[in-house]
Amino acid sequence: MEKISKEEVAYVANLARLSFSGEETEKFTSQLNDILLYMDKLNEADTTGVEPVTHAIAQKNAFRSDTVGVSLPIEAALANAPEARGGCFEVPKVIE
Amino acid sequence: MMELYQLTIHELQDRLRAGQTTSAEIAASVFGRIDAVEKEVRAYITPMRETALAEAKLADEAIKRGEMKALTGIPIAVKDVCCTKGVRTTCGSKILQNFVPPYDATVVEKLRDAGAVFTGKTNMDEFAMGSSTENSYFGATRNPWDLERIPGGSSGGSAAAVAAEECIASIGSDTGGSIRQPAALCGVVGLKPTYGRVSRYGLVAFASSLDQIGPFTKDVEDAAIMMNVIAGYDPRESTSVPEEVPDYRSFLGKGIEGWKVGIPKEYFIEGIDPEVEAAIRKAIKVVEEAGAKCVEVSLPHTQYCLAVYYIVAPAEACSNLARYDGVKYGYRAEGNRDLLEMYKKTRSEGFGAEVKRRIMIGTYALSSGYYDAYYKKASQVRGLIKRDFDEAFGKCDVLLTPTTPTPAFKIGEKTDDPMQMYLSDIFTISTNLAGIPGISVPCGFTASGLPMGVQFLAGHFQEGRLFQCSSAYERLAKIEKRRPKL
Repeated sequence: MEKISKEEVAYVANLARLSFSGEETEKFTSQLNDILLYMDKLNEADTTGVEPVTHAIAQKNAFRSDTVGVSLPIEAALANAPEARGGCFEVPKVIE
Repeated sequence: MMELYQLTIHELQDRLRAGQTTSAEIAASVFGRIDAVEKEVRAYITPMRETALAEAKLADEAIKRGEMKALTGIPIAVKDVCCTKGVRTTCGSKILQNFVPPYDATVVEKLRDAGAVFTGKTNMDEFAMGSSTENSYFGATRNPWDLERIPGGSSGGSAAAVAAEECIASIGSDTGGSIRQPAALCGVVGLKPTYGRVSRYGLVAFASSLDQIGPFTKDVEDAAIMMNVIAGYDPRESTSVPEEVPDYRSFLGKGIEGWKVGIPKEYFIEGIDPEVEAAIRKAIKVVEEAGAKCVEVSLPHTQYCLAVYYIVAPAEACSNLARYDGVKYGYRAEGNRDLLEMYKKTRSEGFGAEVKRRIMIGTYALSSGYYDAYYKKASQVRGLIKRDFDEAFGKCDVLLTPTTPTPAFKIGEKTDDPMQMYLSDIFTISTNLAGIPGISVPCGFTASGLPMGVQFLAGHFQEGRLFQCSSAYERLAKIEKRRPKL
C-alpha cells in the first residue's frame, strides 16, 4: 500500500529545506512508506475523549523577572559563524 | 593487583581520602588505558588529555588543602551532545564538526564544580538518533565485549568508555532509551532520571518533551553519587522542576522487604531472546529473595509505544533541527547562488541519512492535513500510556522489565532496516513518553559472553526507590565481575 508518493516526499523535503537525488528520493519514499504503515497501528487505539499529552510533567509557564543579565560578547557569538562581517552574520544575497 | 582505572568512584575516593593515591596517578592510569584500547573501541570523538591532566593536578592541590568534593579527581567522560566551553561539541554530526561552544552545559558546570576531571567527549549516533552508535559521522563505536558488535545507542560511546574502563563514569542522554539500552548491552549501570530532574541547559536538543540527561557507572552506588551532583533545579532551563533533591546515597543498602514489584506482562513478548528472558526470570527470583513480592501488572498500551515515539520524537526533532542552516554556526555548503540554496545544500550535505529520515517523518506528521491523524493522535495515545503507568504505580512500588529484547547485535546487521533498528528500544521508549525514571543494571551474561540488563522503573521523582531497589538487587544477585578482554 502506498502511504506517501515520490511527489509528496519531494514536497516535504522542500518544506524541511532538504534536497534529494532521484535515487535518494526512491529510497526515502520506500522507507517512509514502511514507517508510516507501521504508524497505522495507532488507529486501533480508542482515544475518544482522551486529552493529548505533550509534556509528561504538568507544567505552567516558567516566568522569571525581566532583568538585564550577562550576554555573550559579540565576538564570542560570532566566533562559530561560517562567515561574519562587521559584527554581523553574513549570508548570500536574499533580495535582488 | 588492581589498576586504578578499574576502580569505581567510591573506591577511588576512599584511596584519595586515605592518601593512598593521587588524582594525577588516577588520570595517568585512565589515559594509559585509553592509549591501550581506544584504537579498538573508538568510544571518544574528542579526548581531552591535556586539560584532564591539568585538572587532576588542581584536584590534588585541593585535596592537600582538605577541600575534597563529591567528584574531586574522578575522570569522567561526557557525551558529545553536552556543550563544553572551548571544546568542540559535534553531536556526532558533520554539520557541527567544528562547533566550539562559548559556554558549558549546566551538567558540565556541576561536574566541574564537584571537582571532576574531564577525559573527553564521547561518540554517539548523530543528534542522538539511533540505537547502535553506527549513525555517527565519526565512525561506529564497538562493543568492548565483542568488537564485531554494536555498543547500543545513542550514547554508545559513553557506555563503551565505562565498560572498557576508559573513564570511571560518564554522562549520556536518553530520549527513548539512549542511556539504558547501551548500558544493558555494555554491562554497566545506566540511569534515566525523571523528566525535569536534571537540567538540559546546554544539551543539544533532539526531542524536547523526552530528552533527559543521566549517568553511566560501574555500580549503583556510583550512579547515586553522580545523581547527587547533577540533579536539581536550574533557572536557565524552563522545564527543570524545583523539587528538592534527596541524598540518593541514603537509599542504598536499605533493602526492599515488603515491597511490591510489578512485572508488566506485555514486556514478555514474542521475539524476546530466550537468554534475556531467562536472565530476567532469574532477576525476579532475586528480588523475591530480597523480601519483595512480585505481582503481575498490565500496561495495556505498550504495543503503541513505538508508533507514538516515532511520531512525537521526529516531530519535535524537525523543529529543533531547523536551526542548522549554515548561518550562525556549524557547516556551510560551498558555492551557493542564494539563501534558499544555501539552506538546502548545507542541510543535505551536513546531515546523515537517519537524521534526514526523522526530519522527513516529523515534517510530514506536522504538515497541513496530517497533523490530526499523526501528531494529535500520537499525543492522545501518549496520554493513555502515561495513564497505564499511573495505574500500575497504584499497585506496586517499582516495575521490573528487561532493558532490551536481545543482547548486542552485529555491526551493520540493522543499518538498512530502520524499523528493525527502532524495535531494539521497545522496552525503554514508554518511560520517556511517561516522563518517569528508569535504571538498567547488569543481570548476567549470555553463553557467548554478552552482557544483559534488567530495568527498574518508578513513578515521577522516585529515583530514590530505583536506587533502593537496584542496590538491593545488585547486592543479592552477585553478578559475576568480569572485564572485557581487550
